[in-house]
Amino acid sequence: MEVLLAVLVGWLFGAAVYLMLSRSLVRYLFGLVLISNAANLAIFASGRLTRGAPALVPDGLTAPAEVVANALPQALILTAIVIGFGLLAFAFVLAYRAHDELGTVDTDAMRVAEPIAEEKPVPAASGRETAV
Amino acid sequence: MAERGGESRGQVPGWAFVLLSLAGVVFALTLVPRVASGEVLRVAIPWLPSFGVQFSFFVDGLSLLFALLITGIGVFIGLYARAYMHGHAQTGAFFCYLIFFQASMLGLVLADNIITLFVFWELTTVSSFLLIGFDHASEKARRNAWQALLVTGAGGLALLAGLLLLAQAGGSMELSELMTAESGVQEHPLYLGILVLILLGAFTKSAQVPFHFWLPNAMAAPTPVSAYLHSATMVKAGIYLLARVHPSLSGTPEWIWTLTIFGAVTAVWASIVAMRQTDLKLALAYTTVMALGTLTMFLGSEAHIAITAAMTFLVVHCLYKSALFMVIGIIDHETGTREVDRLGGLFRAMPITAVAAAAAAFSMAGFPPFLGFIGKELKYEGALAVASEPLLVAGAAIAANALMVGLAAVVAIRPFYGAPRTYDRTPHRPPFGMWIGPVFMALLGLTFGVGPEYVGNLLINPAANAVAGIQKDVKFALWHGVNIPLMMSILTVALGVAVFIFSDTLRRWLASALGHLLTGDEAYDGVKGAILKLADVQTAILQNGSLRRYLFVVFAVTAAGVGGTLIAEGGMAWPALWPDVPIYEWAIVVLIAAGAVVPMAARSRLAGICGLGTVGSGVALIFLIYGAPDVAKTQLLVEVLFVVMISVVFLKLPRFAETTHPPKRGRLGDLTLAAISGGVMTLMTLAVLDTPLNDHLTKYFEANSVPGGQGGNIVNVILVDFRALDTFGEIVVVAVAALGAFGLIKLRSTRAGGS
Repeated sequence: MEVLLAVLVGWLFGAAVYLMLSRSLVRYLFGLVLISNAANLAIFASGRLTRGAPALVPDGLTAPAEVVANALPQALILTAIVIGFGLLAFAFVLAYRAHDELGTVDTDAMRVAEPIAEEKPVPAASGRETAV
Repeated sequence: MAERGGESRGQVPGWAFVLLSLAGVVFALTLVPRVASGEVLRVAIPWLPSFGVQFSFFVDGLSLLFALLITGIGVFIGLYARAYMHGHAQTGAFFCYLIFFQASMLGLVLADNIITLFVFWELTTVSSFLLIGFDHASEKARRNAWQALLVTGAGGLALLAGLLLLAQAGGSMELSELMTAESGVQEHPLYLGILVLILLGAFTKSAQVPFHFWLPNAMAAPTPVSAYLHSATMVKAGIYLLARVHPSLSGTPEWIWTLTIFGAVTAVWASIVAMRQTDLKLALAYTTVMALGTLTMFLGSEAHIAITAAMTFLVVHCLYKSALFMVIGIIDHETGTREVDRLGGLFRAMPITAVAAAAAAFSMAGFPPFLGFIGKELKYEGALAVASEPLLVAGAAIAANALMVGLAAVVAIRPFYGAPRTYDRTPHRPPFGMWIGPVFMALLGLTFGVGPEYVGNLLINPAANAVAGIQKDVKFALWHGVNIPLMMSILTVALGVAVFIFSDTLRRWLASALGHLLTGDEAYDGVKGAILKLADVQTAILQNGSLRRYLFVVFAVTAAGVGGTLIAEGGMAWPALWPDVPIYEWAIVVLIAAGAVVPMAARSRLAGICGLGTVGSGVALIFLIYGAPDVAKTQLLVEVLFVVMISVVFLKLPRFAETTHPPKRGRLGDLTLAAISGGVMTLMTLAVLDTPLNDHLTKYFEANSVPGGQGGNIVNVILVDFRALDTFGEIVVVAVAALGAFGLIKLRSTRAGGS
């Protein structure tokens, strides 16, 4: 299954890259969703998979009696999911605001900070006076 | 009152500079007897001991000679500048820069550790930049300050590399050890690299052709600065460096020929160009380049007499050149012009200055009984002793000196004698502070010339011995009898007088002959322009302001970096077996894969959201099947929240159809990059899976969850106990994101309310 997940991670990542390269800010945000899913799956697979055995210690014992799922990547993914959600929420509001201000979700048209016909600073005029 | 307050503010730094210099002179003089007897004084403060870097200084004959010149000339430059800058609004800043420079320069010539040397070297570059650009309202001053900074700064970087290699080859970071020990640097395989890098540093700093162009441009600085930094002290830093590394690097054919040829070309070329200048200050600037070339040429030699000649000429040049610069400054100050054609008849207005100028010019021309004469005789003697090519060195020395004689005559005679001219302002006798410097320097040149034994034995011989690495005292005397150097001197004077008589014709001829040559200055502009153009092109390609371009570059570099590393490190791992997985798990994976395609293809936003929902739920199922119920729960909760949020936002955003779609063929590149990125990601995950799992931490958490954290759910215990700080950080991130989102929405409503 790990190998299958590795392929799936690549697939999701590829889809995310394609979406993020789109001109539409909405598709970009979709890509952002996919890329965090891909990352979580990659962490999960790297910790190796154990079917049907949650990382629990039965009552009365001090350690799991048998082999259980790797708890560490799970803890990391939990943190990643929540932070990913925070990021997404912020990104969506930002996109919403950008649309509000600029009237477009076309990233190619969002050129406020770097206008296309930007005035280049003129190279310092030669203040030379000495010949040779 | 306010004006007086302003004036006294300018007074304090001025006097501080003069008094600091004076204290430096007195202190340096007290060291003279000990150093002249061969003692080397050291002091060291640990700085970064683990790297062998320390703040260490030492005083030998060479350091002391430079220190005395720096502080001694500093006293008179200080007095001079106080009068010259009188009434200027930023006198305080000016003297602060001067003090900054003087301290840096002293640090440079006294440094023992190579890192200490380099730091002070760069500080002199910085202070020189500040002083050249002092008149910061002038475009020319700013440009020339940048030019000096870039040229000498680039050389400084080369120097750092060279010094580090030298330390590696010589086995020590201390110059005093590098030059005494038979370090064997010359046989080291890195020798050529060390030599080239160090010479780059020295040649840029000391304005050797082809890097000489910044020095005449540095004349944009106020005249006291030109007199101090750009004739007497800072430009000698490269010479100091050459002298300092002379014991460990010299003697090879590479050293001898490079220094001889660069020095000779610089000396002759600069004196020819000096003849064509009409601005006296520029003419003097080129003679400084000539002097630096001469010094380099003589340091190329192994002969003790040649080195003694270099050290003597160093002193001679500092004395007469600072005096003449100050004289030109006085003329400029009193008449408002420095053009030789517009000057004349000033003797009546400023007789003292005229006499000082004449005395300095005599020393420059090498007439007896001035020190310049002894310097010149030594130069000829040294030239004849040069092993490489005595005729070349002697010829270059005679040519350069003859032009010097002519130019000295121009500077000393043309402004002061002949018919009086009319000037923009009426020339007066300059204030005391301005003429005392030139007079004292000229007197010193005369005194040292008449009684050369003291300065020779106490200062010049110890310095030359330090450079040559052997003890051999040259006897200084004004009169050596009739010998070859004297004949060469007579020839020089005859040529020089001819140059003076025909100076105007010569200048016109040179102007037309040299006018069409590519100058170093133009080459500098060309290189600078090319670099800016390259930056423009590069920016247009990499950072053209399009988000898609940025992301494309980021993803492409990531894919290339990760993929390239995998290939280079042989990290490719191919799974041996096709996974043995139950059919329903296959179904989930296929479902997720299909869900990911939907937002790529769909025109409808709703379909896109559904696709993402499929992906998220499918991932949650995988978590659930493989023993991660908590993660699955969180994933599902987040999915629900996500749909709510996205729906709210999408009520406001336009449909896909309303956003322009680029033509299909335009996205073929995107698709390729996406496929490559995805493939690389799969390969990377496979490579990770191929390495053995380190379950050290997992085992620790499993064993300590109940005893240490009193909880049976290991994942939860990790989150709230073992890694509680991480979780706290996560909460902070979410809170910040929420605040940011809130602010984004709130900001709009206040602005909308305001408008």
